[in-house]
Amino acid sequence: MEKFGFTISKGRQIDYESNDRRIAEYIFEREPSFRLCIECGGCSATCTTGNLTQFSLRELHILIKRGENDQVRQNIRKCMLCGKCTLVCPRGVNTRNIVVLAKQAFQKSDEYAI
Amino acid sequence: MSKQVIVIGGGVAGLEAAGQLSKAGIEVSLIEKENKTGGHLNDWYKLFPDRRNSSEVKEYLDGITHHDGIKLLTNTTIEKFNSNKSHFSIITNEGKELTADAVVVATGFDLFKSARKEEYGYGIYDNVITSTDLEEMFRKGKIVLSNGNVPKTIGIVHCVGSRDEKVGNLYCSKLCCVTAVKQAIELREHLPESKVFCFYMDMRMGGAFYEELYREAQEKWGVNFIRGKVSEAGEAIDNKLIIKVEDTLAGRPLKMEVDLLVLMAGMEMSEGGKKISKMCGLNTGENRFFAVADHHYGSNRSNIKGVFYAGTCTAPMNITETISHARAAVSEVMDYLKNVRK
Amino acid sequence: MNIEGKKAIWKDYQKEIADDKFYYVRSCVRQNFFPGSETAFLKIMREELKKDVYEHPCHTTCTGIGYHSDIVPVETTMTVVARQFAIMNEAGYENLMPSCITSFGLYTEILDTWHHFPEVEEKVRQQLKKATGREFRIPKNLAHASDVIYKFRKEIAAKAKYKLINKNTGEPLKVVDHIGCHYAKMFPSKGVGGAEYPYVLAGMIEEWGGQIIDYPERRHCCGFGFRQYLVQANRGFSVACSKEKFESMKPFKPDMIITNCPGCPMFLDRWQYVINEMEGKKYGQNEEGIPVFTYEEVAGLVLGYNPWDLGLQMHQTDCEPVLDKMGIEYSPEDKYKTEVNALYSESHNLINV
Repeated sequence: MEKFGFTISKGRQIDYESNDRRIAEYIFEREPSFRLCIECGGCSATCTTGNLTQFSLRELHILIKRGENDQVRQNIRKCMLCGKCTLVCPRGVNTRNIVVLAKQAFQKSDEYAI
Repeated sequence: MSKQVIVIGGGVAGLEAAGQLSKAGIEVSLIEKENKTGGHLNDWYKLFPDRRNSSEVKEYLDGITHHDGIKLLTNTTIEKFNSNKSHFSIITNEGKELTADAVVVATGFDLFKSARKEEYGYGIYDNVITSTDLEEMFRKGKIVLSNGNVPKTIGIVHCVGSRDEKVGNLYCSKLCCVTAVKQAIELREHLPESKVFCFYMDMRMGGAFYEELYREAQEKWGVNFIRGKVSEAGEAIDNKLIIKVEDTLAGRPLKMEVDLLVLMAGMEMSEGGKKISKMCGLNTGENRFFAVADHHYGSNRSNIKGVFYAGTCTAPMNITETISHARAAVSEVMDYLKNVRK
Repeated sequence: MNIEGKKAIWKDYQKEIADDKFYYVRSCVRQNFFPGSETAFLKIMREELKKDVYEHPCHTTCTGIGYHSDIVPVETTMTVVARQFAIMNEAGYENLMPSCITSFGLYTEILDTWHHFPEVEEKVRQQLKKATGREFRIPKNLAHASDVIYKFRKEIAAKAKYKLINKNTGEPLKVVDHIGCHYAKMFPSKGVGGAEYPYVLAGMIEEWGGQIIDYPERRHCCGFGFRQYLVQANRGFSVACSKEKFESMKPFKPDMIITNCPGCPMFLDRWQYVINEMEGKKYGQNEEGIPVFTYEEVAGLVLGYNPWDLGLQMHQTDCEPVLDKMGIEYSPEDKYKTEVNALYSESHNLINV
């Protein structure tokens, strides 16, 4: 609450212990290639959405893995599912399916219903 | 009369050099400061990337050094070094004089003393250990915390004492990344319920089958890799370690709890090597390892004619490279002995 | 936690601390924040330890606050500092003893800069000469006032009337120490015990009977940070820093916090009140806050000084729980009735020129 003209700032630290990683677990189970990402950014470089809006599929993967679900939920809708990212991935990650599964997981979870 | 060579150091490089020299008919005096040969190999359980038992490599080295032409002196250090043109003599700690026509320096490396990275609390916090401590646990087949419990979450810190100006080591120790990957897999094998996190600055998987091992760690063992240098560890009331790191690829600081923190200690010029460098007048480089005559085609030659280098006393190397480097040193020695004028 | 590991590090960070003949320079803000601290320090130094401590009326701010708030350029700061050295030399003293951590950090930084860049020192010498006609010598010894108390901690323990021990349980009081960023983070070798496991306050606490608590956010900033606090819009950031520390230390059930710096006790003390107002949270035992002290106040309590003469009534988080645990006798009704200069005897006026 605001008092004395200010509020207590919320940290921007990722608090790993208190985050909920069920969305990530849901994807890991159904798309094991999700583990293989080495964060090269090839997917984001080729991504149409990423080139025109604030959207990075690479970063989204990390945020899912860390359980930063609010930010993921806000951003994942931007993906147009064109599949270009899957074409470039050097590790054979099925990046398109990860987006599909993430949306599914959010839908299934009442808390994060899209 | 056959030629004589002194090999200083009974680790992988020294043993390989001694073995190959004796095979070529040279009389070798092999000096080792410890009571047995093998060096760091004795501290390691399994080797990357194929995870074979380190004792198999030791057996090979013991095999080639089991030779009449090799005189092994354990518990021996060098107190004095004299060179007179092509003639070398050494006085040992027991006052013995050894003479030789050439010398191979194979003094190896020391593991970085992790307590120097004060912020990680090695030697202070109960469950901060080094890669060597973990090998010891693997060997005993028992990975437990200081209270005897089994760790559930384990953090591995890469680059402890490497690529770090704060400790005076600008170089990459080259082997810690793959050691981390190997140990992460082994932790998951031993403790299937555990979660393992590697905190790295860059994944340097530049050896044969290293990248494949990295991929296996992700794919088969579910090891998590987070890019960022751990900045500090602290101990919570339940003995858990709270670590701070930037998740650089998320662009945000990250705080997490681990039960066990494993420090991937880097490689440094050995204390023995430093002593010998001073005693013999052998040049060292900015990284404090011995300075080789030429990085491309003279990495076994020193600034003293007749004194050669083998192995990690010149730079961090894996076992494959160390053995190749030792063999190359032998080739240089043979060439030198053939041509040297008395 | 293995104390032997810490001892090994402490051994590596020992510094030279002068024995006598100190030139004391006060902090700009401490006399407003916790006015009893410097007064108590002078009494301890002069009357208990019989040391020669000199103060000069012409001593000014070191400009540390301005420097760290991006208001005063570094060259100006250096010239002001050079003037402090000159005045100290003129008074016949060589051992500089600042009361403020930021001053101490700034003096250390300037001396180090001059060491590496003698041409900068030369320029400052010229500027000082031009501006004031003064010349200066580099101090023989630079020690923060807490370094000096650390040095004489055993002498203080020998005269102690109270110990940092809970008289009801016989257990040592659990004490959280907070060193202040500018004490050793910039120059670890200039702080007793270094920057990661500082010993300056821990040594006092051990000697006076208490037990030091190490907790995960021990190294974290208190929240002062100058520009964090000075701008009202940033105060949420400042209070969040303190909160992070309180949350982290709470499970250890500390009895008290001991601080080194002018700003840290202020913020660790005041922000407990603010957090309670905003979120209804308290971090101490029995629905209380965690009392926060300066090291001089702790030394004064150990020596048996009247808590109200030490200025403990100026603390927003009540310090009485600690007084009760230590068995210190005090009269609650006198809390706000203390006499000005009660700590001073006739012979030691505030300024001794």
